[in-house]
Amino acid sequence: MSEYNIQDLNDRKQEIIKKSVGLDYSAYEYDGIGFDYEKMMNTAGYDFDDVRNIQQSQMVGDTPLIELKNITRYARKFASKGYGARILLKDEASNLSGSFKARRAAMSIHKAKKLGYEGVIAATSGNYGAAVAALAAKHGLKCIIVQECFDSNNLAQPEILEKARACEAYGAEVIQLSVGPELFYTFLDLLDKTGYFNASLYSPYGVMGIETLGYEIATETKERFDKFPEVVICTNAGGGNLTGTARGILRAGAADTSIYGASVNLQGLHMASDNDFNRKSFTTGHTGFGIPFAVNPDRSDVPRSAARPMRYIDKYFTVNQGSVFFITEALAVLEGLERGPAGNTSLAAAFKLAQSMKEDEIIVVQESEYTGAGKHHQPQLSFAKKNNIDVTFGLPAKEVPGNNIVLPRSAKEISVEEIDLHRVRLSYLKRVADKALAEQDIDFLTQELNITREKLHQLIEEVHS
Amino acid sequence: MILNEGTFVRVRKHLLKQGERSEAVPEDTAQVPFKSWIKGRLLEEAELYESASIVTATGRVVKGTVKEVHPKYRHDYGNYVEEIQKMRETILSEVWGENNE
Repeated sequence: MSEYNIQDLNDRKQEIIKKSVGLDYSAYEYDGIGFDYEKMMNTAGYDFDDVRNIQQSQMVGDTPLIELKNITRYARKFASKGYGARILLKDEASNLSGSFKARRAAMSIHKAKKLGYEGVIAATSGNYGAAVAALAAKHGLKCIIVQECFDSNNLAQPEILEKARACEAYGAEVIQLSVGPELFYTFLDLLDKTGYFNASLYSPYGVMGIETLGYEIATETKERFDKFPEVVICTNAGGGNLTGTARGILRAGAADTSIYGASVNLQGLHMASDNDFNRKSFTTGHTGFGIPFAVNPDRSDVPRSAARPMRYIDKYFTVNQGSVFFITEALAVLEGLERGPAGNTSLAAAFKLAQSMKEDEIIVVQESEYTGAGKHHQPQLSFAKKNNIDVTFGLPAKEVPGNNIVLPRSAKEISVEEIDLHRVRLSYLKRVADKALAEQDIDFLTQELNITREKLHQLIEEVHS
Repeated sequence: MILNEGTFVRVRKHLLKQGERSEAVPEDTAQVPFKSWIKGRLLEEAELYESASIVTATGRVVKGTVKEVHPKYRHDYGNYVEEIQKMRETILSEVWGENNE
């Protein structure tokens, strides 16, 4: 006998989700493919000051912005004279529960409490679980975290095991699952049976929670350096981090600050594959989430995702796993900051990108995350070796995700690859290309892809040809 | 091994059998069952590796096969990794010079 019926859950999906999010998404829909994104963000029940107050009362936010002087000095060694931007790090590990995800969780939990739910559920193998569990604990709410965890040999990424431990430490019930997208049905089934709140990463309040991060970065940089940063770089997976940060930066008036995304390159690994699951060393911040969510933001667990990175991203880079491990080690031995590897994805990219920026320019790495047993480059490299992943030294371009991890022989070899946003936009448009597009659909698409109408028409033609 | 009521355990249950997996999964995943693991206290006396009901941290009652008594956290800092030591030496010498001790 199976636990639940996929067909039945699929049929009742809309109803279950609606009951669990406390938000009627139909209010933002209009005819055609689009919806009113700004209306959704602005009428979700909180304004920016509310978000700040809620977070401040919960020990969330106002994290240190640290100038990484030794890392900057290191990057300048490989830059031409007059080049090598200052690298700043927003030390989000200082948040309650150890990551920026506390900003999102603070809002979800506030909403759940306000609406009178008895408990909350989140589907996440990442830091968000610990954030939701910690804040639920603070508010006396019950909490269930659903994790994709084990392959069919019962092997789990050490990083995911650590996150399960953290959730349990905050009193949550953790449901660990084997590999597969059916996690979504377990999640739906739990929402249905418990009547708990869906603490989705993709709700408007969850993403609004990150606006404070962008705002703090912009205003503090301005205060200390008398100008806004030239670049803010975000580790990108589901897109909420980048979206919220960019919105906060705009709110602070830093319209000229460029927003870059960075993901670990896991090209070639199938995210739903039992065999591939433990052949990677990063469980988030990678292209396996970054690209699909950029192409189709609404593939999330709510009808309309508030995380819409293509609206804000100026450039998107990938780095290899080995470079992120290298920079994680450098951050510890040069700055005295021992932090988790996944959060350092954008730091690896910033290290390279700073070298082609002028030395009076500023690039801000907008997050770090806590580290500990399992969630650390040593257990992760040790685990990779046990899984017959070849750990070697050489050029990052030689890395083949799932086969090897190539560590740079020198920081000089850390490099980035730029993802062609033109191609991402084309993939986005392929999903809607065969539909008749009305005027408001065109408007929606220009906003979604952050392009002019003229450019949109060119892209649509390119999709059709 | 007989376990008393109230013993803290980890149970496993099968949620979907091989043939019931979502159409969206790749071939390798389709060939294995979809399983879950949950911890809680035994609601009744039970035997290790036999079926039993537990009550979880949120008070839910879940039935599964008892797989582990007093479940341990097995993740740690892993084995010594020579490559990390090499990176550390490279970084320190590139920034502070060759003779850094």
